[in-house]
Amino acid sequence: MKIAVLIKQVPDTTDVKIDPKTNTLIRDGVESIINPFDMYAIEEALRLRERFGEGEVTAVSMGPPQAEAALREAVSMGCDSAVLLSDRKFAGSDTWATSYTLAQAISKLGDCKIVLCGKQASDGDTAQVGPGVSMHLNIPQVTYVKKIEKIDASSATVERMTEEGYDIVETPLPALFTVVKEINEPRLPSLKGKMKAKKAEIPVWGAADISCDECMIGLDGSPTRVVKIFTPPPREGGRVLEGEPSDAAKELASLLKDVIIG
Amino acid sequence: MAEKQPIQVILDKCTGCTLCVKACPFGAIEMKDRKAVIDLAKCTLCGACVEVCKFDAITIEKKEKKAPVDFSIYKDVWVFAEQKKGKVQSVAYELLGKGRELADKLGVRCCAVLLGEGVEGECDELIARGADKVYLVDAPQLKAYQDDPYTRVLIELISKYKPEIVLCGATTIGRSLISRVAVTIRAGLTADCTGLDIDDKDKILLQTRPAFGGNIMATIISPDYRPQMATVRHKVMKELKADPGRKGEIIKDEFPSDIYDSRSKLLDVVEEIEETVNLAEADIIVSGGRGVGSKENFSIIRELALSMNAAVGASRSAVDADWIPYSHQVGQTGKTVCPKVYIACGISGQIQHLIGMKSSDVIVAINKDPDAPIFSVATYGIVDDLFKVLPILTDQFKQILK
Amino acid sequence: MDYLLTEEQKMIKDLCLQIAEEKIKPLAAEYDEEEKFPWDIVKVLAESDIFGVYIPEEYGGMGGGVMEMAIATEALSWGCGGIALAFAATGLGTYPILLYATDEQKQKYLPEIAAGKKLAAFCITEAEAGSDAGSIKTTAKKDGDNYILNGTKQWITNGGEADIYTVIAMTDKSKGARGASAFIVDKDTPGLSFGKKENKLGIRGSATREVIFTDCKIPKSNLLGREGLGFIVAMKTFDHSRPGVAAQAVGIAQRALDEAVNYSHERRQFGSTISSFQGIQWMLADMATQVEASRALIYSAARMVDSGAKDIAKISAMCKMYASDTAMKVTTDAVQIFGGYGYMKEYPVEKLMRDAKITQIYEGTNQIQRSVIASALIKEGLGKKKR
Repeated sequence: MKIAVLIKQVPDTTDVKIDPKTNTLIRDGVESIINPFDMYAIEEALRLRERFGEGEVTAVSMGPPQAEAALREAVSMGCDSAVLLSDRKFAGSDTWATSYTLAQAISKLGDCKIVLCGKQASDGDTAQVGPGVSMHLNIPQVTYVKKIEKIDASSATVERMTEEGYDIVETPLPALFTVVKEINEPRLPSLKGKMKAKKAEIPVWGAADISCDECMIGLDGSPTRVVKIFTPPPREGGRVLEGEPSDAAKELASLLKDVIIG
Repeated sequence: MAEKQPIQVILDKCTGCTLCVKACPFGAIEMKDRKAVIDLAKCTLCGACVEVCKFDAITIEKKEKKAPVDFSIYKDVWVFAEQKKGKVQSVAYELLGKGRELADKLGVRCCAVLLGEGVEGECDELIARGADKVYLVDAPQLKAYQDDPYTRVLIELISKYKPEIVLCGATTIGRSLISRVAVTIRAGLTADCTGLDIDDKDKILLQTRPAFGGNIMATIISPDYRPQMATVRHKVMKELKADPGRKGEIIKDEFPSDIYDSRSKLLDVVEEIEETVNLAEADIIVSGGRGVGSKENFSIIRELALSMNAAVGASRSAVDADWIPYSHQVGQTGKTVCPKVYIACGISGQIQHLIGMKSSDVIVAINKDPDAPIFSVATYGIVDDLFKVLPILTDQFKQILK
Repeated sequence: MDYLLTEEQKMIKDLCLQIAEEKIKPLAAEYDEEEKFPWDIVKVLAESDIFGVYIPEEYGGMGGGVMEMAIATEALSWGCGGIALAFAATGLGTYPILLYATDEQKQKYLPEIAAGKKLAAFCITEAEAGSDAGSIKTTAKKDGDNYILNGTKQWITNGGEADIYTVIAMTDKSKGARGASAFIVDKDTPGLSFGKKENKLGIRGSATREVIFTDCKIPKSNLLGREGLGFIVAMKTFDHSRPGVAAQAVGIAQRALDEAVNYSHERRQFGSTISSFQGIQWMLADMATQVEASRALIYSAARMVDSGAKDIAKISAMCKMYASDTAMKVTTDAVQIFGGYGYMKEYPVEKLMRDAKITQIYEGTNQIQRSVIASALIKEGLGKKKR
């Protein structure tokens, strides 16, 4: 039984800072990490393999060549194999083209009963790729999964997180799940895993390797286009209230009084 | 012959001014011998460098497109009216407010799309809030949201009525639903827009959204596909005041039963009610961060909140440390809030948190660290120990609001 | 700083530091306060294959040596010196097996230790026999195909939590220094019991108990090596484990240094950060230099032990003594730099000072270490020709 996990390498945005003089990103020393939500997806995939007592977990990522490091990390956590989708022709993909490309790769892997991904990526934040992949593959999806209650070879019963609580949904397999943080606690890599990851062969698939329609990938495959990138006008800082805590607090209270009562 | 690269630097025009290097959000441009060199492995063809180059030295080429399709048959701005338990959610009204504005600019109608069971009664409010039409599909299978039936119905409606723009709330339902629709009908979809406008010349939708944790804003268009679709978070747009005098049409549709089929089954809906004051709707929020120090100490935040009739929020640090449940988290991976007053206590003001609250009217920051980034967005700041300041503040408000 | 570690050693160090930072550090204060045994951390370490770093591959380990054990111990101790002992003291209890067991004995015990399924503990100290290890009174009397152990061991780290105990007991009092033997005792052996958990000054995230043998019968196949080898087994075990204690000390010292440096940037007095005061700067400089020197000595000792060199007692003793004295000094200085805040339990440094103290005492007091070093020097001196 195959389980595919879709992961993305993103900059560690907790490290990303803005240069106050130029209002641009300071990129030096910003590490690349696995998208935090995808860590939960990897962990859940590994747990499903343990639950079934068998299965193969393959991590898949679409990105530049350096995304291979993220796939190796996935292997060091316990994934059986990994595939990198990388090709200049994929450049400029928006979420439509990305989900199409990933779906073609999963089809090539063949026989994936379960596809897992994190609910969104911390750089783009769109949460669109997961559902997009499920539509391209024409398999049912459940998003925001916080628990896989029951699962067997043909169906799964899961808890889907909502703003008010959660829904309990039953879905046939194969299916795609996007997961939230509440679902598990990702394991740390193991030394044996790291050794395996070091030696692992991670094939790189380009456009020619997956059967894809060239006008559905990359810039050409993307219905959306970025026309402008700008830094937002910085919100200006205001006043610092000086003095002893009691004076500052009293001043603040009187300043806010009108806003609150009015 | 070398393959033509999708993005090229015209070396004759490049003066080595390095504006493009600074503009690139992906660090893909370097200067070599005073000429810009683009690393195609890092370049995502976002076009920021093209924009900023004063010498037109960078070009992005797309393949020859087929002759532009005539999109004039696509008309109207649609708003998906998300409903839960038969009640339309407030995010839909906010979108109607914006949709109304966009429709007026285009000179077309603004319509709401309502799916559910026994929800016809909600139509009047939708019309009062700006809808010229309500497309209603009422069926028992649509009572609660399910991916398959909702996706199919929306696709049917779109292909039947051909709207040019579709807006939807970026809620858990909205995001699941709209992505599926967009992929199936091959439409451009932009998520979490903070700005929507109409381009005067081309009459297309300009979708602006934050990226890289909000450090960068991107304006996105989907010129070659219809409808142009966008999701917007709760509390970003403003709803219109209800005008009960407004007139509108209700158009009912029905579909063959296989459209309503669902591969998955909704077995149960479980509600977990947390606090009494809803964070997303609150006018005043008092938030605690790492500076609060412990679960017990959070009582100091709650007390201040109580004295102001405010909701309690938290930064990710506080939630990760288990001092307060995730439902209170404000920020990139939590809720976006837009209250009148946001008081950040012991919160450093990392970008991820700021995204969730920086559009608040008044921001107050209380933090020991004078260099905390939160002060750069705060209307008022107090550089001091929150444990000293908050009790006094609580006292003050108790007196004021007596 | 590049310590010229191999890739595998870097992997071990990075992973252990990650565990220390993410898993151990958040729990340290609580486990110290409540004297909790860190079974949850044991599980994390087991799942990450840490327990096997110094165990040969054929027994399920990673095939590393004392160097790898020291690297892991230092990194984990950075998180908490007490919690790290679940790992480090298991190492101490395992060395007798690694050094003197038959292949059959190794096959029986090492795989489960490498997998983190079972912890180990080393039992030599008694109420009347600390530095004077020769005065132990626990006896192991041969009885047919078994040995019967009687006696009480004191202050045994991991006592009561470990499943495997390596024990030094007297088999023949008349033979003096050649009268002790080493044994392996399983936890569930009838006649083996434990005293109460000791209430300690520091390393309170570890368990220390009396290990009591009351007509405890073990099969003769649990004898390590030959009868009479007991004290040799103990000495050789300590030669291998001392770099580990030193590593624990350096991990604690490094943490204290890191906390002190960070604090000095934050604390402002007289209009500037205290890190701008020369007095503080010089203290930090001395602390940092001593930590680096300790680490260099540990790596030197560990590499020498792993190379198979014979005369390792001196360098082992040196690194343990120097690193532990350094840890005591650096942690005390760290408390001083924190000032009044350093004295408060709310801040992490007072715990570091309490944790450091034991490293000067156990696995051979620093006075014994000095004696070992001096003996070795004198022996070498006698052996050398005068120039």
